[in-house]
Amino acid sequence: MAADPNGQGEAVTQVAGQALALPKPVQLRSAQVLRVVRDGAYTRIAVHAPAIVDAAKPGQFVAFAVGGPASGLLLRRAFSIARIGPAGTIEVVVAPVGPGTRWLTQRVAGDRVDIVGPLGRAFPLPVAAERGHGPRALLVGGGYGAAPLFALAGSLHARGCDITMALGAASADKLYGVPEARRIADRTAFATEDGSVGVTGRVTAAFDPLLSDIDLVYACGPMAMLAAVARLAKAAGVPSHIAVEEAMACGIGVCMTCVLPVRPRGTHGAAGVRMVRACTEGPVFPGDAVQFDLIGKPPPVVTASPASPVPDTFEAPI
Amino acid sequence: MSRTTSPESVSGAADSAAVEIPPAVDLSTTLAGVPFPNPIFTASGCAAAGRELNAFFEVSDLGAVVTKSVMRDPRLGRATPRMAETPSGMLNSIGLQGPGIAAFLENDLPWLVEHEARAVVSIAGGSVDEYAELARTLRGAPGIALVEVNISCPNVADRGQVFACSATAAADVIRAVREELTGGSQPPVFAKLSPDVTDIVEIAASVVEAGADGLSLINTLLGMVIDPETLRPALAGITGGLSGPAIRPVALRCVYQVHAALPQIPILGMGGVRTGEDALAFLAAGASAVSVGTAVFGDPGAPMRIIEELADALQVRGMSAVSEAIAAAHRPAGTPLRGAGAAGAPVGELV
Repeated sequence: MAADPNGQGEAVTQVAGQALALPKPVQLRSAQVLRVVRDGAYTRIAVHAPAIVDAAKPGQFVAFAVGGPASGLLLRRAFSIARIGPAGTIEVVVAPVGPGTRWLTQRVAGDRVDIVGPLGRAFPLPVAAERGHGPRALLVGGGYGAAPLFALAGSLHARGCDITMALGAASADKLYGVPEARRIADRTAFATEDGSVGVTGRVTAAFDPLLSDIDLVYACGPMAMLAAVARLAKAAGVPSHIAVEEAMACGIGVCMTCVLPVRPRGTHGAAGVRMVRACTEGPVFPGDAVQFDLIGKPPPVVTASPASPVPDTFEAPI
Repeated sequence: MSRTTSPESVSGAADSAAVEIPPAVDLSTTLAGVPFPNPIFTASGCAAAGRELNAFFEVSDLGAVVTKSVMRDPRLGRATPRMAETPSGMLNSIGLQGPGIAAFLENDLPWLVEHEARAVVSIAGGSVDEYAELARTLRGAPGIALVEVNISCPNVADRGQVFACSATAAADVIRAVREELTGGSQPPVFAKLSPDVTDIVEIAASVVEAGADGLSLINTLLGMVIDPETLRPALAGITGGLSGPAIRPVALRCVYQVHAALPQIPILGMGGVRTGEDALAFLAAGASAVSVGTAVFGDPGAPMRIIEELADALQVRGMSAVSEAIAAAHRPAGTPLRGAGAAGAPVGELV
């Protein structure tokens, strides 16, 4: 698939290379909207963006300008890439929560949008193996945070992984991708807080019993869910890769608003903590590197000089 | 000239040659005797140190890159949330997260030099001594076109009073920086002023008296957003700097007032510039060059677009050079646009 242009056997090299390189996004000032589809509480928007598709990998995101050229809404809205291809299309899943996202969900096929991408770092992938001989992967999604997990599942299948998908949300209409999960995953687990689909409660309750048969965890969703996933994975001795959702002003690494406290591998204590950009160093981080308990708290005053331009220490074992 | 935008036109590195300037328009400008090929700069804190934007266009095509304010030591900045969108603007409270001056000089400035960008280096400190030390560290560093002194920082020695809000404290900082950067080969010093003062002309006059070669106008305005759900301040830092088109009229007023009072002092104007017409308004108010800040967040290709739009905007008015537009708002009503200004002394060079 388009998301995996390097084919098999180069995954580790590719991950190492990604860690050292800045993303090379492009800006499409007038990309055509191909399809706008309501899907439960969300809207799926497909855009013709071949220049972005060519470089995009699962876990990366795109940023849409909203409101038109004279809009008072200055900042882009970022969405993880839900589907890559075919034929030069990318798809995102939008929840209409404010004026900018509402404007986006009101687009119709044929409209033009200004998008920048692909942005950020992709999910690292395991070394390819024969079908059924790759690592057993658990993919956890919260609400429309599940969006990037389907393209990821495709890449993991190509590497011989066995895939379990666990999706959770407040209610059935906010549970994204149930039919697709059933189609693509080897097994599924669902949870809703109102009990309308699957287990009643949080998604962690749905997948916790499965962790003993898992080698590798991926997750995308709200920060509280990611914190729980990272904690449970660590307790089970399983590496996790989480894609964070952070408020961003620019999405391209210049504004320093989307930072979160991360401790690179091999460092200890507060002195090792860095405030790193979710947009360029992330959005995918090793789950055990993110210091969830420090989010929203004043960072340590003194630190070693942050590496420039990007730390190369966020590679995690696969 | 209008840019032809095909449905799939790409503004990427490969497309940088697409910047088309009408040959009849001379976009060059000077600030305190330093020449720049065009008057569109980035704004401090809105372009990091140029690397990220180089994915969208060649940083050498900018008039200059104004780097994020760097302090003596590395800093992690403030807690999150650091940002809130506001009507035609945004608030930020980053807390000057950055690598510190040593890492900046080792990694960032050489990168800009290597990529043939003109670098305006912004420095910030918590004490007069820190500013002086930063200036001393910059002495002799190759590739600095100008030094911009961000004095909108709390003065640790004065209960956190912002330097830029006191004519005396602002002058103390500029004098200290100026003393460290004396000598013919040292870059000119620009003081970046805050609009959050009763009389910006008084502060401007004070820093010029203390040795500033030019002025950067304006920094953000202090603002606040209340989270409608928690009814608490939306930013972890409680207050933040307001930027974007919402502040443009305030910025233009400041540039106009300061130029009227100190016509020989070159001004780098900024505040909500989003289009070439906006940039032209700043030139008319008295700026010799214009920084594009918050617009870059929403439109990373904005500086190149604005350069083209400015050239168009000059041409449709029959003007052939940026110098004709500078301070046009200060000329008597009815003065023809074309040919004005160019024959006079260049702004910023004492006559």
